[in-house]
Amino acid sequence: MAKQELLKVEGLKQYFPIKGGFLGRTVNHVKAVDDISFTVYEGETVSIVGESGCGKSTTGRAILRLEEPTEGTVEFRGTNLASISKKEMRKFRKDLQIIFQDPYASINPRQTVSSVLSEAMEIQDVLPASKRRARVEELLETVGLLPYQADRFPHEFSGGQRQRIGIARALSVDPQLIICDEAVSALDVSIQAQVLNLLEELQEEYNLTYLFISHDLGVVRHISDRIIVMYLGKIVEIADKESLFDNQKHPYTKALLSAIPVPDPDRKKERIVLRGDVPSPIDPPTGCRFHTRCPFATDKCIQEEPVLRTAGNMKEGHQAACHYIEEIAAGTKESIY
Amino acid sequence: MSSQEIILEVNNLQTSFNTDAGEVRAVDGVSFKVPKGKTLGIVGESGSGKSITSLSILRLLAKNGSIKGGEVLYKGQDLLKLTEAQMRKLRGNEISMIFQEPMTSLNPVYTVGQQIGEALKLHQNMSKKQAHDRSVELLKLVGIPSPEKRVKNFPFELSGGMRQRVMIAMSLACDPEILIADEPTTALDVTIQAQILELIKELQDRLGMSVVFITHDLGVVAETCDYVAVMYAGQVVEYADIRSLFHEPKLPYTIGLLNSLPRHDIDQEKLEPIEGNVPSPYNIPTGCRFAPRCPAATDLCRAKMPALEPDEKGNQVRCWIYSEEWDGEAEVEIYGETRIAKGRGSKTVLSD
Amino acid sequence: MTKYIIRRLLQTIPVLIGVTILVFSLMHLVPGDPAQIVAGEGASEQTVENIRERLGLNEPIPVQYGTFLLNAVQGDLGASVRSGRPVMDEIGSRFWVTVELAVYATIVAVIFGLIAGIIAAVRHSTFADSGIMVVALFGLSMPNFWFGLLLIQWFAIGNWMPESLEFLKMRPSGWGDSWRQIILPVLTLGTGGAAIIARMTRSAMLEVIDQDYIRTARAKGVSEQVVTYRHALKNALIPVVTVVGLEFGGFLGGAVLTETIFAINGMGRLTIDAIRTRDFPVVQGTVLVISVIFVLVNLLVDISYRFLNKRIDLN
Repeated sequence: MAKQELLKVEGLKQYFPIKGGFLGRTVNHVKAVDDISFTVYEGETVSIVGESGCGKSTTGRAILRLEEPTEGTVEFRGTNLASISKKEMRKFRKDLQIIFQDPYASINPRQTVSSVLSEAMEIQDVLPASKRRARVEELLETVGLLPYQADRFPHEFSGGQRQRIGIARALSVDPQLIICDEAVSALDVSIQAQVLNLLEELQEEYNLTYLFISHDLGVVRHISDRIIVMYLGKIVEIADKESLFDNQKHPYTKALLSAIPVPDPDRKKERIVLRGDVPSPIDPPTGCRFHTRCPFATDKCIQEEPVLRTAGNMKEGHQAACHYIEEIAAGTKESIY
Repeated sequence: MSSQEIILEVNNLQTSFNTDAGEVRAVDGVSFKVPKGKTLGIVGESGSGKSITSLSILRLLAKNGSIKGGEVLYKGQDLLKLTEAQMRKLRGNEISMIFQEPMTSLNPVYTVGQQIGEALKLHQNMSKKQAHDRSVELLKLVGIPSPEKRVKNFPFELSGGMRQRVMIAMSLACDPEILIADEPTTALDVTIQAQILELIKELQDRLGMSVVFITHDLGVVAETCDYVAVMYAGQVVEYADIRSLFHEPKLPYTIGLLNSLPRHDIDQEKLEPIEGNVPSPYNIPTGCRFAPRCPAATDLCRAKMPALEPDEKGNQVRCWIYSEEWDGEAEVEIYGETRIAKGRGSKTVLSD
Repeated sequence: MTKYIIRRLLQTIPVLIGVTILVFSLMHLVPGDPAQIVAGEGASEQTVENIRERLGLNEPIPVQYGTFLLNAVQGDLGASVRSGRPVMDEIGSRFWVTVELAVYATIVAVIFGLIAGIIAAVRHSTFADSGIMVVALFGLSMPNFWFGLLLIQWFAIGNWMPESLEFLKMRPSGWGDSWRQIILPVLTLGTGGAAIIARMTRSAMLEVIDQDYIRTARAKGVSEQVVTYRHALKNALIPVVTVVGLEFGGFLGGAVLTETIFAINGMGRLTIDAIRTRDFPVVQGTVLVISVIFVLVNLLVDISYRFLNKRIDLN
């Protein structure tokens, strides 16, 4: 099956300046995203996972140019979004939509649902005004709300329903790619499952592509085709879902997966508890950024930055950035923990 | 479990809040037991009343909240009948508490040492010097590196995980009998959560305290708790030992929760969410509060509230399905298996 | 911390330069020829020219400013046109009278304001709370010259006073060692500040009392009193300190009316008299001194704010 490239991110960097000194000049940078590259194919769901501060949300924002990326290219269907003018970018906003964790924060509380959705359609000019109302009602039904709720205000809805409104707004302009930034993280499990199922149904129906940003690996396993693991602004592992959960290679990925509590009291598994905290992205560790917490770190890890690579028993497309993939897999590398 | 010493027993607790829109019964019929040295999990979705329950135990409710009824028996003594002064002697001393937000739960203008030392000076009449030395020991106990230095730090100088360790050190200062942990790891990243959970477990084993663990995360429950009370809309709806709860959940709500949970450790075809939304506390359904969302609900369920009834194992469930009166038939799926419940009187179970 | 203080000190330099430019411009912003105004109408051409020469008004404006600044830095603010005495000497003793008045007023404002604010917050939504807030609103909205006149009417003239209360009788004017001369002007000046501080303390306390760390303190078993005074107050004081500092600065500059009503020979009165007699060097001098003090008080406020609230980032 020939996969169509939809989004190709290359060498993306997002540095935020830190002002300081007597005259408020830039004294340093938060290296939120530091040289990452990945491709998203049409119709698939790619997830970016990692802990707070790893740069996953910043990546999503940089792709949409909600923040101007410092360096790198973001090709969407062959156009480099990072280099076009703001005006041209506005046209692309129709194709790339984003859903946030708290839709309430991004919806004007004084607008009815109907006007929120119509406005989105108006800005992108997807439908003549006369047809918008019918489309609003249709969209609400699509996301599992009722047409008569169109004239209600956001505060009259529960958290799960508001997230449905956020999804309806994204859908209203017929996008191709939707970036879901922790879109289900704030929801209770029973509601979260409803919204996840809805996202899956919509993907099938409209051939949507998702870039799913989340810290919840349960959700990620459920929804993704491929997964990107980030740590301190770098990609440490990219893999298809099966490889990531059953044959993960990077020590950080292993630790991350083993840290998640399993909802089954009889499945007590070996847990790798990492020591210490995530270092500051202002002054990230040299070499491999994970070396300060890695149970296998050596001098080489401190000095030399590992690149993403595919080793022996890894599937095609599965890459990890670690010097010792083979040794760890063979069990010849001792954990210092 | 009847042979075990029960250190904390809550019976039919009711807590209300006065709001502009009228009285809200946030907790309305909560009962559970905590055996000595064990961990009880209180699990529920937002608005289920789990945090209010924990605050009610220590009588730390906000000004507009009040406990309307029930008992909180600690070593046989009803805490709700104590004077405020007697209550203060217990708080932070015999029963202590840690909270969800380590970032905001420490006082920003005092050092870590001052905040840990306060309880020591208060409950154990320690001198300033003794309190300081003990604070350093406690920081060491909770795994904070270079505690002699950290004891002089202000909270803003510490990371979230470190602050939660400080909170734990503070709560352990007076060797409490019971530690109430209200979502202690919810604000933390998983790798840090793993550190904190391990720490609590280890300290519990070492110090022999009992823990009440409030959380919305079923994974955390499975990993840390011995018994679980599931809450829904202000009530305890199922109380069971941990194995029974995860392997033979009885309540359709509990089953629904387990079916909704996206798992990272196994493949699932499709999630089976619970239909609808949690009822508003201003508009509680009559009868069983879960009835409007329950696939097995009958007229009986919608009309009359079921009581929390024990089974032969001592586990409890608030559901008509397990009563003599129930005459419905329900098909419930759990982990992809269909189980059918039929009205077979008190022996009814969800079976295949 | 030292780095921060040095930085803040350096930052005051441009502010002070701005202040001197403004003060210097005063003379040139007044319509007409300053020398003519100083000399008064009907003065001879020669007199006006002499004054112009003495004030250095023939020099180009930047040179005038330079001279002014250079002299000011050395403590020379020129001489009074009226008395011929150096402006610094004119200000000299009067400056301390105003400072004394402002210090007492600040003490009164802080004591009454804090106590009232804490009581109102602790008894939130009770009769005490609303009572205090109503009184504070009065204190805030009453013009202080009017309040001063009322106080004179009641306590200095005090015809209503029965003999048993005569000991309360105050003196209506002047400033000196007797508390009978001090209390009324201090109250006049301090009341508004007390009201502001009370309101500020109350709202800050109410905000702090809802914080998670207050719940933590209660969970430790500390008493309500300790919660209020040790855990809540120290945090609530952070914004209050700012207000107190600003009030003090305001008192220094704002004592003009109070000094006039009570006939106190302070800076305020000196300024008013100088304006009335068009004694430009004195006006410049008093405005400059008050401005500089205000800037320095602000600096102190910032430093203490930072000291109290260690969370504020250096940046």
